[in-house]
Amino acid sequence: MHLPAPRGPLSDRVVTALRRDSDPFRGRALDLGAYLPASDGLRDEDFQLALWVLYELHYRGFDGVDDRAEWDPELLRGRAELETVLERDLRAATADLLATVGDEDGDVVEQIRQLIDAADGPDVPRFVQREATRDQFVDLMVQRSIYTLKESDPSSFVLPRVDGSVKVALAELQYDEYGGGRPERLHAALFAKAMEACGLESEYGFYIDHATAPTLALNNTASFLCLHRRLRGAALGHLAAFEATSTLPCRKIASGIQRLGLGEAVWDYFDEHVEADAVHEEVALRSICAAAVAAEPALRSDVLFGAAACLVIDAVVAEDMLTRWRPEPLEAAAAMSHQVSA
Amino acid sequence: MSTTGPVKVTVCPRGPLLVRGAQVVVDDDGHEHPVRRPVVAVCACGKSQRLPWCDGTHKVIPR
Repeated sequence: MHLPAPRGPLSDRVVTALRRDSDPFRGRALDLGAYLPASDGLRDEDFQLALWVLYELHYRGFDGVDDRAEWDPELLRGRAELETVLERDLRAATADLLATVGDEDGDVVEQIRQLIDAADGPDVPRFVQREATRDQFVDLMVQRSIYTLKESDPSSFVLPRVDGSVKVALAELQYDEYGGGRPERLHAALFAKAMEACGLESEYGFYIDHATAPTLALNNTASFLCLHRRLRGAALGHLAAFEATSTLPCRKIASGIQRLGLGEAVWDYFDEHVEADAVHEEVALRSICAAAVAAEPALRSDVLFGAAACLVIDAVVAEDMLTRWRPEPLEAAAAMSHQVSA
Repeated sequence: MSTTGPVKVTVCPRGPLLVRGAQVVVDDDGHEHPVRRPVVAVCACGKSQRLPWCDGTHKVIPR
């Protein structure tokens, strides 16, 4: 994929370093310190893009960038500086939600479900089901494409960091995500087909310049948790919250797709996730998270942190999306749709 | 997928049955539904709109 266009000093420094011909940048510090956000990095697009570019070196890389950049010590040092800020802001953003369950002993499955019930944010799937326009749905696909064209790839980094029944259950879930032995059912490939059916480009990373700060933050959070062994519990909790908040939303989105008449391939991706994620929810909660905490009780607070991080970022993404889609206040929008239908 | 091991069923409280190792699930009417996943969630509340598979409906039914 192409290197994205920088959006400020942090992403400019990272992209410029990667654009230089192979060796010259090696050994040269990125000097990001002066530009790090003092707070709320979750909504800072320059910060999120800089980190996203550095993470992407671990996935597919960029056209014209030396693959060895993945392990360039100065790039890793810069990544660590950005990650310190991301973790600070994730901890701050999840504190209130985590306070609703505490982290004392008990059923971790119930605790994650309590977090899900306590988390709030606007209901994008319901909006898609009832009133989103075709253009708004296309925007949803564009934003989701940043993650979904590599759907489940972050979680694969966690496999060598867990063992026993947790590893087996995670592999089982990933096998299903990866098509269950059928390349045409690879979830990322189903999503690519859905994008094409919407008239979008399905090339990996094509829409990176359109990705909003929350979209990048959602992707970075998954990479951050999954690439750090110390946070493996959080990576598992994140996965469980993600899967456990997918089935019913995908049903609503699939019904919105039918309302908009977007066709079989678009519907198929979301319909597949109604059934798949009903399975994955139980596997992730019980066979993965509960089993991981049973084997290693110290992981409980990390599992809950990861689940809360997923839910909080989802809410930030949803809020951003509905604000862009519906700039007028809710009451005015409701009154307008009433007039139109009357 | 083909498996030769025993079929294992895990009961999820207030949720579906997780079934591993089955080839086919037969519904009330005798229709056979081939298993196409490494593990499937079979509806236990009876309210799913895609029986015999779970579609999450149990979560919106008042307990």
